[in-house]
Amino acid sequence: MAVIDKIDQMNQGYNPYQTQPLVIESKTGWVSLRLREVWEYRELLFFLTWRDIKVRYKQTLLGAAWAILQPLMTVIIFTLFFSRLSGTASDGVPYPLFTYVALVPWFFFANGLAHAATSLVENANLVKKIYFPRLIVPLSGVLAGLPDVLLSSLLLVGMMLMYQVVPPLSSLVWLPLFLLVALITALGVGIWLAALNVNYRDIRYVIPFLIQLWMFASPIPYSSSIVSDAWRSVYGLNPMVGVVEGFRWTLLGVGQPPGIMTLISAGVALVILVTGIAYFRRVEKTFADVV
Amino acid sequence: MSQSVAVRVSHLGKQYRLGATQASYNTFRDAIIQTATLPVRALGRVLRPSSAPSQRTLFWALQDVSFQVQQGEAIGIIGSNGAGKSTLLKILSRITDPSAGRVEVYGRVGSLLEVGTGFHPELTGRENVYLNGAILGMRRSEIARKFDEIVAFAEVEKFIDTAVKHYSSGMYLRLAFAVAAHLEPEILVVDEVLAVGDSHFQKKCMNKMSDVAHEGRTILFVSHNMQAITSLCSSAIVLNAGQLVFQGTAQEAVALYLQQSQDASQLYTDLRTARRKSNPKAIFESIQITSGQGESRFPKTGEDVQIAVQIRCFEPIRDASVCVVIWDSAGGRVIDANTRMAGQDVTLSQGDVGIWTFCLRDVLLRPAFYRIEAYIGDVYLGGIDYLPNALTFEVQMNPEYPMGTVDYPGSYRCQFEVQYYPAEQAVERSV
Repeated sequence: MAVIDKIDQMNQGYNPYQTQPLVIESKTGWVSLRLREVWEYRELLFFLTWRDIKVRYKQTLLGAAWAILQPLMTVIIFTLFFSRLSGTASDGVPYPLFTYVALVPWFFFANGLAHAATSLVENANLVKKIYFPRLIVPLSGVLAGLPDVLLSSLLLVGMMLMYQVVPPLSSLVWLPLFLLVALITALGVGIWLAALNVNYRDIRYVIPFLIQLWMFASPIPYSSSIVSDAWRSVYGLNPMVGVVEGFRWTLLGVGQPPGIMTLISAGVALVILVTGIAYFRRVEKTFADVV
Repeated sequence: MSQSVAVRVSHLGKQYRLGATQASYNTFRDAIIQTATLPVRALGRVLRPSSAPSQRTLFWALQDVSFQVQQGEAIGIIGSNGAGKSTLLKILSRITDPSAGRVEVYGRVGSLLEVGTGFHPELTGRENVYLNGAILGMRRSEIARKFDEIVAFAEVEKFIDTAVKHYSSGMYLRLAFAVAAHLEPEILVVDEVLAVGDSHFQKKCMNKMSDVAHEGRTILFVSHNMQAITSLCSSAIVLNAGQLVFQGTAQEAVALYLQQSQDASQLYTDLRTARRKSNPKAIFESIQITSGQGESRFPKTGEDVQIAVQIRCFEPIRDASVCVVIWDSAGGRVIDANTRMAGQDVTLSQGDVGIWTFCLRDVLLRPAFYRIEAYIGDVYLGGIDYLPNALTFEVQMNPEYPMGTVDYPGSYRCQFEVQYYPAEQAVERSV
């Protein structure tokens, strides 16, 4: 008990209200991102993420198998339709494997984006009844997708064994970085949409189209090598291009090693995230009144 | 001096747009139309939604409210519906920002605007305790330390690893309150959470609350229950139409509030624009009281009273119950009348509008002012529409029920006579 008390005291060591009061007043103008506050509420972030993970597949017949089934079904559909049309589009790698490697980060991105975008409205009861940094809600929506990445990676390992593709071990260290770019992008766009969705419920109907369009604007069913050089720089502004190419390069050894384009992807992702947080902070004070 | 202040509220104001929730759903289309014509302005509107709500009706839910709460003080906040109590609590809990003025808070604030915030039906009792605790601002270690105590308080030991969707509503509420009751902030902000559960549970909650108050913690407490206010709080403020009209001792505040509600007593209230939770499945549209043979006047002691509520249904409802509860001005629950007691379940389809009339026979209430609470609830989802103060009415003096020279407080007034016998005779009679 004494030990726990001690830890508690240490946890509460940072108490901004002890010496000076907490001031609640009308805020005008652009406010700071206040990321430190999110860190202070990390335990709540942990519990909300954990809740999202636990609840996600409750009352589904197949449960967490959906994490594998979603990309698997998509691979089957793509293989049936696209591989016949463009036989050379997979850079010499078996088409199912070529596509599945892209779909692992893609579904993490797409599901995370969709969850984050609707998260504030779905958690309206929390937002209306209790204070916490609202950013935690879309953040937990994206983070809760991480176990799905692990699950769908299991099948990826199986497929690589089956097709006898061995990734160069030295490049594997890049994988978490590419996943991080996907996470930042999903979070950035998700935060923008989540904030907009509170005021404009139209966003809910926009999300499926956005994801669909985005998928075809990313080299998922095809290789980015079919994009002409003239368009490549514009194409690279889509952060998911960098992510998918990065996954293919790391695991299959095809395409370009990380370079300028990867940096641009990461940069764009960060810009989306920072502007998203700024906008979110700007409008969050009205959430409880409107949601 | 200033060290002992826990909360300082100065010139606080909150402005709302009327019908903001409904109107804003349409504005995306407006925004797009404007984008076609005036791209810059439309972008500005999306980026700065709080600015220039030009043609809409604005109203101040709170205006120029200033008061102080000392450390260790339990202060009641009273006022009729729409007086701004909930808005004040929301600002103090940082759920919504004020439009004007400021609040200084010295200490960690814990707010209880409802019990069971964030409870998830699919999770077990144990999991929900941790989740709810985290939401209320407790550390994980703190929850772990208090876990056994919380479960014991809630009396759900046997079911702690069962999903709460299988709980009875009583167990659910007990567990939810138990977590909340073990929150230990320096400043506790409490909304009408005690209005839930059975009377045994309510008593338990009240006891817990008064323990908290006596531990020297600062409490801001909103309630319609004047008894709870006077027993828990030493001082109180009265809000009326968004403005602070009184700050002083709890007794004085309650007396003033009762005077106000007497002035507001009426035979009919249009409830369509009453403040309620957003988008209920059905709402009370109006409430009307008639007396005797349905005459439009206040009842006298001992007369029949008819309470008619009109309900409009927006989404289908099954097995619901329509309730009216009469409260006396001290916060005593005097009469319950509901469809379930009468053996009827209320099932409504979308678009139905109906009037339920409760005909109360020989209502033996003392001449005084009473408040009617109107409630529709269903077994599974709980409250559909809830108006704690739907109507205030007066029971007038009836010469057949003599008052005497002093106004005695007992709410129930039956006819009685007094008999007297000298002691010996009384003994003889009893033998």
